[in-house]
Amino acid sequence: MLEGTGNPMPIDKRVSTAAEALADVRDGATVFISGFGGAGFPNVLIRALRERAPKNLTLVVNSATHRYSLTHELIAAGLVRKVVCTAARGHDKEPSPFERLWVAGKIELECVPQGTFAERIRAGGAGIPAFYTPVGFGTALADGKEVRTFNGRQHVLEHAINGDLALVRADTADRYGNLAFRFAQMNFAPVMATAAKLALAEVATVLDEPIPHERVQLPGSYIDRVVAVGTK
Amino acid sequence: MMQPLNRLQMAWRAAQDIREGMLVNLGIGMPVAVADYLKPGLDVFFQSENGVIGVGPLATAEHADTDLVDAGSRRITLRPGAAIVDSSWSFAMIRGGHIDVTILGAFEVASNGDLANWDTRSTSKGPLVGGAMDLATGARQVWVMMEHLTRGGTPRLLEHCTLPLTAVHCVTRVYTDLAVVEITPTGMLVREMLGGMSQAELQTRTGAPLAFAPDCRALLAPALTLAG
Repeated sequence: MLEGTGNPMPIDKRVSTAAEALADVRDGATVFISGFGGAGFPNVLIRALRERAPKNLTLVVNSATHRYSLTHELIAAGLVRKVVCTAARGHDKEPSPFERLWVAGKIELECVPQGTFAERIRAGGAGIPAFYTPVGFGTALADGKEVRTFNGRQHVLEHAINGDLALVRADTADRYGNLAFRFAQMNFAPVMATAAKLALAEVATVLDEPIPHERVQLPGSYIDRVVAVGTK
Repeated sequence: MMQPLNRLQMAWRAAQDIREGMLVNLGIGMPVAVADYLKPGLDVFFQSENGVIGVGPLATAEHADTDLVDAGSRRITLRPGAAIVDSSWSFAMIRGGHIDVTILGAFEVASNGDLANWDTRSTSKGPLVGGAMDLATGARQVWVMMEHLTRGGTPRLLEHCTLPLTAVHCVTRVYTDLAVVEITPTGMLVREMLGGMSQAELQTRTGAPLAFAPDCRALLAPALTLAG
């Protein structure tokens, strides 16, 4: 920007609808979906993604079956080829949409210990292609993985996860994409946003003023678009 | 012989071993009751895998907030001094050995400390591992709360686990309805057992050789009634 000319296109990551935020999502995308324990599910974006209906998605999501997340709608709509998750068990006697497809061999599953799941995504966003962890050693989830001993303890080689799209939920955003979370909303959102090519945030409120720096929990440099969806 | 402990009494017994200032993670299900039975005046922080350090009592319906939950989706409160971090930090805390003790439910524990508590090999139910492997591997001490026998009457304390493992060589202590058993480098050491039960009777209910501490005591707990 030349001094005195003003910037004709100041940074503004606000979009007016979830559909607009998702406008360039393609078939075959790897999609991160944040949320854990009922907090931080980006359900407005998930619903808009289902309506856009890209095919052959790989979902990277903590749970494929959490009752408060709309992730199951993407699975039930047949949009998902593979799920990478830590939990895939339904809550009811009837099998969940995921379990129905999984038992029929129509969806692929990669089950990952939750800390390894978080760290693989963190690594993806941090430029670390792989790492060794003691977690999973000697279990079925480490079958076929390289093992190496450090300090007399055996560790498993785990690879980073990168993705095309991250859907996260926060409490407030500003035009720069800075995010602040309520309570336990944060969970996987920061690592997922860092590991995705395109990171979208739905928030209760987009503030007119910048969020004070000491309250920013995820810098806007990681977020591409924000959409205000209210508190529902 | 005295009555075996019920689940609340097992939680009470485990809670008596928590010390001042510990950072403790309670597994989803039966272990969360441990928080209700700490010794009076003890100041302890409870961590939950979703990033809450300083879980307080459950929220009343009036104060329940869908954004303030623990890893088991329970609506909670925060205690004074609480903090909330993201999942990668929460698990770095767990994996990095910063949790003093985790108390987990289990299906089986082996004499060498191997733990099986996540996969029952169901072909119709999807798998659920959550943070179990991370907690079992990373916490400085892993305490298990489980009934001594399965519903079918077979031992859960074994020489080798038969169900898929959660982690190897991790369990340090087991609280059952019949005994408190320490996992030592040489195997299972009984610290406490139900009054009126003989060593031989406990051994027949256990699938691995037991040693008995010279000061083995009676397993005691106050009367606590399970709701419902």
